Amino acid sequence: MKKKLQLAANAAIVFAALLLVWQAAVLALHIPPYMLPPPINVGRAIATRFPELWASFWISGEAAAAGLLGSIVGGLLIALIFARLPWLRRMLFPYTILLQTVPIVAIAPLILMWAGQGLFAVALVTFIICLAPIIANATQGLISVDTNLLQLFLMHNASQGQILRKLRLPHSLPYLFVGIRISSGIAVIGAITGELFAGSTRVGQGGLGYSILYAMAQLQTDYLFALVFAATILGFSFFFTVMFFEWLFLHKWHESARPEGSES
Amino acid sequence: MSTIPEILFRDVTKRFRAADPPVLQGIDLTIERGEFVTLLGPSGCGKSTMLKLVAGLEPITSGQIQVNGLEPKNARRLVSFVFQEATLLPWRNVERNVALALELEARSREDALQTTGRLLELVGLTDVAQSYPRALSGGQKMRVSIARALATKPRLLLMDEPFAALDEINRDRMNEEILRLREAGNWTVLFVTHSVAEAVFLSSRVVILSPHPGRIAHTISIDLPYPRTANLRETVEFDTLVNQASRLLREAHRA
Repeated sequence: MKKKLQLAANAAIVFAALLLVWQAAVLALHIPPYMLPPPINVGRAIATRFPELWASFWISGEAAAAGLLGSIVGGLLIALIFARLPWLRRMLFPYTILLQTVPIVAIAPLILMWAGQGLFAVALVTFIICLAPIIANATQGLISVDTNLLQLFLMHNASQGQILRKLRLPHSLPYLFVGIRISSGIAVIGAITGELFAGSTRVGQGGLGYSILYAMAQLQTDYLFALVFAATILGFSFFFTVMFFEWLFLHKWHESARPEGSES
Repeated sequence: MSTIPEILFRDVTKRFRAADPPVLQGIDLTIERGEFVTLLGPSGCGKSTMLKLVAGLEPITSGQIQVNGLEPKNARRLVSFVFQEATLLPWRNVERNVALALELEARSREDALQTTGRLLELVGLTDVAQSYPRALSGGQKMRVSIARALATKPRLLLMDEPFAALDEINRDRMNEEILRLREAGNWTVLFVTHSVAEAVFLSSRVVILSPHPGRIAHTISIDLPYPRTANLRETVEFDTLVNQASRLLREAHRA
């Protein structure tokens, strides 16, 4: 615990030093604030436009969460089918790699053209980029069950349903969480990318992606920084939420989830 | 007494692929109810495969195997398998690992809990009933595995080098324990090991296999009375049998 506090203190000191250097550099080099605003201005922008920022934060958060949750459910279902039907897996698995390699910025306009401009379309963009890591990891978890364990179940005349519920699904859980962790990092990127093309997803208000475009056009660089800051916080909160659930489900039995000493 | 043998091998041959040389060839072996038979041999002689055949986990290529007069697959209700590794489910605590086999056979929860409690007491694991496998030592894990195997009250126990991963002291202790448990359970055991001393200590009969392909080279009756205790290892009779078995094993390996 002491070690953790120490780490947090170190991070805070580095952050404060960074802000100081930034402030000093902007003042000393006479950089115009529309190019690089000093951190004080960014702080003021956060304070004065907080309701607006908070709304954008939530809109993007909702879209990212909906897309991520959808990809968890959808990815797990596809993984279950892949685990059951090896021929289908061999046939379709290459396409899941395609899902990951197609640049999302290139297909986002298409998706928005087909699915409309709303929250649903943004969530759909998120869903698509989150899907591949979940399919890949969950499938791996479902099929990599130890042969001896499988034979143990067969010795007791276990049904396919029992093997799935009592063996394959629990065994795949740590693998699934690896996938979700990767996807949680890109979910926010997906939502913001979607919003860049979607415009405002609610009348009069937009998500972080939309607001970034708007602030850039208006040369509101201080607010632009505030939005970047909010996007970072959103990404972090997704990542840590997933980490929390991973810990909740795995800490009792799995080697990967050790609450203490893992940072050393 | 019924005249149906517990396990019957009749001219059994096993190949994993049609083009491969056989792993086992011409195996004839009859094991009566209540015997403790150990298959002894170097690695690769097919002794683990023999267990898998009896469990119905692998098909035979030719010949016949019967377990209590039944096809192996249909006799699984009577049989429990103890694997070389403890093969516990890491997400279940000790108690629920032992209860697994009972759950799979759809026993009532009450029955399962009662049986589990009794078994944990029997193998001396009551204190760690709520622990997860990762917190257990190798010996404790193996005890859980054995308790789980005994939960369904099998008549026949198939044990595939269950103590190979333990150090010598723990292995000896587990050997004594398994004999003690058998006094109460009276199961038939087909046991696989490559330790001569373990084979002699446990068995009523030792079957020595020779490799490439696996065949039965010798059979030794171990006429030492049960119950056997740790002192047995210091007797001349025990030494003589170990030496005899070692010699036959070396010969089988050379042949």
